[in-house]
Amino acid sequence: MRFFITLKMALRALRRNTMRSILTGLGIIIGVAAVIAMVSIGNGAKAQVQAAIASLGDNLVLVGPGNQGQGGGVRSGFGGATTLTAADSDAIVSSFQNAKTAGEGSVIAVSPYVVARSQILANGLNWGTQIYGVSPDFPIIRSWRVASGVFFEDPEVAASAKVAVVGKTIIDNLFPDMDPASVIGQSIRIFGQGGGGDRGDRGGGGGGSGGTPFRIIGVMASKGFSSSQDQDDVIFIPYSSHMKRISRRTYLSTIYVQAKDEDSVIKVKTDVTDLLTQRHNGTVDFTVQDQADITAARTASTDAMTYLLGAIAGVSLLVGGIGIMNIMLVSVTERTREIGIRMALGAHGSDVLTQFLIEAIALSSLGGLVGVALGIGGSIMLGNYKGWPVEPSTSAMIIAVGFSAAVGVFFGYYPARKAAQLDPIDALRYE
Amino acid sequence: MPAVVKIDAIHKIYDSGEVPVHAVRGVSLEIQQKEFVALMGASGSGKSTLMNMLGCLDRPTRGSYLLDGVDVAQLDKNELADIRNQKLGFVFQGFNLLARTTALENVELPCLYGKERMSAKKMRERAMHCLDIVGLSNRADHMPNQLSGGQQQRVAIARALVNQPQLLLADEPTGNLDSRTSIEVMGVFQKLNEQGITIVMVTHELDVAHYCKRYLILRDGVVVRDEPTQNRSIAEVELAKLKEAETAAKLLAAGSNAA
Repeated sequence: MRFFITLKMALRALRRNTMRSILTGLGIIIGVAAVIAMVSIGNGAKAQVQAAIASLGDNLVLVGPGNQGQGGGVRSGFGGATTLTAADSDAIVSSFQNAKTAGEGSVIAVSPYVVARSQILANGLNWGTQIYGVSPDFPIIRSWRVASGVFFEDPEVAASAKVAVVGKTIIDNLFPDMDPASVIGQSIRIFGQGGGGDRGDRGGGGGGSGGTPFRIIGVMASKGFSSSQDQDDVIFIPYSSHMKRISRRTYLSTIYVQAKDEDSVIKVKTDVTDLLTQRHNGTVDFTVQDQADITAARTASTDAMTYLLGAIAGVSLLVGGIGIMNIMLVSVTERTREIGIRMALGAHGSDVLTQFLIEAIALSSLGGLVGVALGIGGSIMLGNYKGWPVEPSTSAMIIAVGFSAAVGVFFGYYPARKAAQLDPIDALRYE
Repeated sequence: MPAVVKIDAIHKIYDSGEVPVHAVRGVSLEIQQKEFVALMGASGSGKSTLMNMLGCLDRPTRGSYLLDGVDVAQLDKNELADIRNQKLGFVFQGFNLLARTTALENVELPCLYGKERMSAKKMRERAMHCLDIVGLSNRADHMPNQLSGGQQQRVAIARALVNQPQLLLADEPTGNLDSRTSIEVMGVFQKLNEQGITIVMVTHELDVAHYCKRYLILRDGVVVRDEPTQNRSIAEVELAKLKEAETAAKLLAAGSNAA
């Protein structure tokens, strides 16, 4: 029998019981919509993580406090431990110094990194932002130009000078009437923390009364938004000033080490590990990672989430499939007489089987298509509402529709075979 | 010319229950082309079983059945289905049209299961031609529930004709119809028979059997009578009579009203 006629018959049969078909397909629709939405949002999150990691700079090796590689004991996560000091950073700098000045060697730039969220006050306005404590190498690592003024140099770091280089957004919010060049020399007050961690929001409401005045010496070039994050909403100050005056702590969040090229990343990792192990008397209480390691670690958690949601979606598809089987069985019973007529008129068992199988597949595939549409629509809406990046995946759509068709085949086969095996005489007599 | 149906001592025994039921006990029968046979008998006489075997819906337990020269007792399920499709046309008591499917599509149905693939256009042409034969080409787009019982049965006859069968089998075709439409349907059968189509019809109504050329009576699984119909009714004549009677009744009613 011809496929298109069979398909037409199947669609007509589904249309005859529109409400029932919709309800039956709902399981598949919800399952597929869940898969598509989950993959879209998951992909978006993954892309955001990758973009964020890539934006750190090229060929980076990051040294973090605490050993995250090994189990046992309480692990406080990246940035939580207190084992990394400014002296460690200095040691890395000096060990690579000679090679660096000669323009050879494997390390281009090193910068310690401390970060705290603080409230700042200037020009009668206030603004909350991230205060980064870094070294003069940091703009090199980020390949980030200073638009006007200058970045601070080593003497200012040595003196824990109260100087700041600000991003474009800071100027827009604190000096709305001034252009970047004329902001140089202006003073801003940064409110420090009572000694909280680098992840705190405002900490304990400020350590020093009235905050610490910093002089603006430079303005960074605008970088714009990267995956819905304003990259220009930053203030850079010397890490020494940050530790002494703002975050009031003795340890670093991270040390950024930039390798010369991709090939030297591994060597830099080994060298840094050896050096710090020696300095820490043989204990590896720090973590050395390159960007690939971080990407892997970050995406591992997204992947786990993806699998979990995938499992839920799978159960939903299974339940949807059982719903289809149930309705197909009902349909076969209801249409016993029709089956009898078709067989009396010369339909083979295989014709009847095909007819009901195609009906089940049409039902599940249509459910799949509607699910894809709902999933994409839903994830885009949720993305807009929540500000999440959304990236619908074509392969996920194809797999989802293919899988729902497979559900139709699997759960439609038994009812269809039951129909095909009916005896035409009995089927014709069926009331 | 070879016989359309040649049955030789066929038996059908059902042993699905506790006691085997011997429904047909050695029926031998020959039906030539252009015959119009009525198959009669009380319920339980085995006429339905015989009809199922004639219609290749069921196989005899014993005996041989040659349909148009082909021994169908030996065929498997699918081959039987092909025989039903190509050589037989069925008309049922309950019409058995597909609901919510137009008359035309109902008539096209057997073409879908044909061995050779037919173009949609050719299928439509043939179906329209068959609807024309039964006088319903103007009702092609109607659904069964928009048609009267007699019209539905004529659609079913058109469907039975669409694959140009050797034999038309009708199982109580007038059982669900009033006497007037019964006569109309029998008129269609007689017309088809005159055009050369062989028809076997099961009925338990004697007056309906009178439209056939030959009648068989079955009792307890054997043929007890097989003879040509005496005083055969002609549908056209009967219809004319009916009309006359109706007009007379109307006149009478009008007359009594006037009085």
